[in-house]
Amino acid sequence: MTGNLLELKGVHTHIGAYHILHGVNLQVPEGRVTMLLGRNGAGKTTTLRTIMGLWPASQGELRFRGESLRGRATPDVASLGIAYVPESMGIFTDLTVQENMVLAARGARHAGELDAQRLEWIFGLFPALKKFWLFPAGKLSGGQKQMLAVARAIVEPRALLLVDEPSKGLAPSIINNLITAFNELKRQKTTILLVEQNFNMARALGDTVAVMDNGAVVHAGAMRELADDQALQQRLLGLSLGTHQ
Amino acid sequence: MLDRLLSHDLPRSRWLAAALVLMVLALAFAPFLFPGSKALGVAAKMLVFVLLVASYDLLLGYTGIVSFAHTMFFGIGAYGVAIASTRLAPNFGALALGVLAALLLSLLLSLVIGLFSLRVKAIFYAMITLAVASAFQTLASQLSDVTGGEDGLSFKNPEVLSPSFEPFENPFLGATIDGKFISYYLLFVVVALLFLALLRIVNSPFGRVLQAIRENDFRAEAIGYRTVVYRTLSNVLAALFATLAGALLALWLRYTGPDTTLSFEIMLDILLIVVIGGMGTLYGAVVGSVIFVFAQNYLQDLLKLGQSALEGVPLLGQVVSPDRWLLWLGVLFVLAVYHFPSGIVGRLRLAAERTRS
Amino acid sequence: MTSAIAALATGAAVPKARFDWKPIALLVGIAALGLPLIGSPSTWITLTVAGLAMGMIVFIIASGLTLVFGLMDVLNFGHGVFIALGAFIATSVMGGMSAWAGDSGAANLVAVFTAMLVAMAVAGAVGWAFERVIVRPVYGLHLKQILITMGGMIVGEEIIKVIWGPLQIPLPLPDVLRGAYLLGDAAVEKYRVLAMLIGALVFAALAFTLNRTKIGLLIRAGVQDREMVESLGYRIRQLFVGVFVAGSALAGLGGVLWGLYQQTVVPQIGGQVTVLLFIVIIIGGLGSTLGCFVGALLVGLMANYTGFLAPKVALFSNIGLMVAVLLWRPQGLYPVTNR
Repeated sequence: MTGNLLELKGVHTHIGAYHILHGVNLQVPEGRVTMLLGRNGAGKTTTLRTIMGLWPASQGELRFRGESLRGRATPDVASLGIAYVPESMGIFTDLTVQENMVLAARGARHAGELDAQRLEWIFGLFPALKKFWLFPAGKLSGGQKQMLAVARAIVEPRALLLVDEPSKGLAPSIINNLITAFNELKRQKTTILLVEQNFNMARALGDTVAVMDNGAVVHAGAMRELADDQALQQRLLGLSLGTHQ
Repeated sequence: MLDRLLSHDLPRSRWLAAALVLMVLALAFAPFLFPGSKALGVAAKMLVFVLLVASYDLLLGYTGIVSFAHTMFFGIGAYGVAIASTRLAPNFGALALGVLAALLLSLLLSLVIGLFSLRVKAIFYAMITLAVASAFQTLASQLSDVTGGEDGLSFKNPEVLSPSFEPFENPFLGATIDGKFISYYLLFVVVALLFLALLRIVNSPFGRVLQAIRENDFRAEAIGYRTVVYRTLSNVLAALFATLAGALLALWLRYTGPDTTLSFEIMLDILLIVVIGGMGTLYGAVVGSVIFVFAQNYLQDLLKLGQSALEGVPLLGQVVSPDRWLLWLGVLFVLAVYHFPSGIVGRLRLAAERTRS
Repeated sequence: MTSAIAALATGAAVPKARFDWKPIALLVGIAALGLPLIGSPSTWITLTVAGLAMGMIVFIIASGLTLVFGLMDVLNFGHGVFIALGAFIATSVMGGMSAWAGDSGAANLVAVFTAMLVAMAVAGAVGWAFERVIVRPVYGLHLKQILITMGGMIVGEEIIKVIWGPLQIPLPLPDVLRGAYLLGDAAVEKYRVLAMLIGALVFAALAFTLNRTKIGLLIRAGVQDREMVESLGYRIRQLFVGVFVAGSALAGLGGVLWGLYQQTVVPQIGGQVTVLLFIVIIIGGLGSTLGCFVGALLVGLMANYTGFLAPKVALFSNIGLMVAVLLWRPQGLYPVTNR
């Protein structure tokens, strides 16, 4: 139980009349990558949004470094050191890549105040961002936008990253870039909660795994355990993830 | 039988029912109860507004559409009657023609505006209807050959309805039976019938779909209702009823001008009444219109008392000036929108429900 | 080490966005078209200056409205209240200072600028109260917003009548601002030049803030995707209050200018301009400051040109322009892409 950066206990979320999360229990250990898996509609995105305060939890406890997140406004949650990369990426399409990055860097008033070293590192991971630095972000390709979305989340060091399906619709080479980036972050002791359908990515990165179904976590444990057990995969996720792309 | 007459849409509150009965009776026997031309004029205005606001409630309260073009249709009806009576002879045939032409024009315009509501967001739509109504008002005052411009049109009514028509010399139960008397009852009957028709419409399957759309148009569309069609139809119906209200007003006043029907003040009055009376209730239109028109004409006297009491006190005296009665209504309106959106009727019904359970 | 980033900015191979010149070309085109239609160059100059001045004033008033809508999805139907407030305050300030100013041109100018500052301050303060009391309770509820802001306008107008009376009040231009400069045959009214200068200043200030400051960045991002800005850790609701107050202050300034333009002030001034404002921000694109600028100038030019060429048509020139622009670009001249 100690060493959990983020803990959810019995979290319920209602959206209007719909009861989406039915008592989610989740532990996200510090400095590790936790994969959040599950079928479409299982409640993974809702869980991330509830943590961020975009949708209020109607019941339960959410603790980040021991502090309660429940009832906090989204900007306050982010200020605690949590970065969110939504499924839709949330790129500001009318702003340039540079402006997107400046915005994400709370400590920088303009581009000149960005951490140059960190920026070089990011360019190393995602060269396209350097190339299109002054380009309106809306004109980037899907893969480039995704890179920007992740780059925004790491332009400054953060304690926890919440990432929602980053590999969706991306080419394998770009997915490799992402895996490299996340591994590097792992080395820097950043905690990551990653929602992914791509099991290769999940297997390559995940230390622990939580599987959701019908708005609750139905299995939690070490990644290795799930990766080696095809029967378990079949049962939890409906198909053998060894064959899953 | 009353139940069926009201399309099973009962007041559901003793106080409301009592108020309604009182108001309807007062209006029904106004010529006998309140002698004098001013009183009758106020009653007639109440009737017209009941119809006008009820038609707007169909649009705003039941379908959830905010439109500022409603006064335009009101004006079309009035001008239809005015132009027909001026251009052709002031007889029932001309009247019928004028009303028909007005209804046709309203049908066309409301269809076009309604179809426009397809692509645009609610706020966009509201702004555009504002612009259209404003343009129409300018048009009416510009086409002076047709509409009489700023001065408007004065005309005669068919003989039976004109004030000079007096079939009986002696007054009957205190009221003089003349053209005005007959006009008044024409108004009353028409408004009553049309109101009942509106009740029938909002309580029909069509009306229920409108309410579903108002609550959640995505859902309604998903279930299979083409929201566009329903919204447009609601638009058209509201416009047609408003046109008829305009025709009635013109008939009563024997005059139509840009400020009797097209002015933005009237649009604001409609909004005030429908919100304070109660959106989506139709009865709110009745209660609201009666109270509003009454206040507009008689509250000023009350405020005058207040003003004389506060004579000399600089700002405070101005605040209760009878001319500033709109200030209080505006405050009431703001409170109503936020705190009791279902208005007086809604509050009464809520109270009634609580005592029942 | 900022040199790395600086190098990026000047990098030759770095592609940049291409600026959309078409709407500005349209503006210039219409101005150019006016010349042959009007015939005499001197009249054309007078009308163009009049149109641009009017457009600038409308822009000042509308800029706050479009930003508030773009940022928080709130359409303030009561924006006109701030215009009226500004205009009436000008009457009080300038009336009060007229004795002190006397005949001195400089002193009168001081009076005018004082009026503007006071109007902006008061309108801004009232805007703050308006946002708290009227707008904040109905965030996200569009129907209620439309109704309640309209109610706010009614109440505001009535309160203005309580304070200043219901009748119109003259707002004469001080002598130092009367008269015209002569450019050859063309008469260019001094006041109109002032209005244009102030408008250009406001636009420059807005453009600078929006494009070169972090707050401006937040506003532009917030107009696109409010949720994401909050997820990045910014309390954008507080920013919104600031924008609302700024917008109200600008409306107050616009009210002073409009009042001086008309030389008379009525309590209904707000309602009269409201339709025009909506047309301008629809033409410009809801949420776009540049669009609002170009749209306002277009409206100003069209109104003055048609007023001269075909007065009967002039009353509908605004709506006609709106329809024409929407047929070309249904989201306005500079659409703001929302997620």
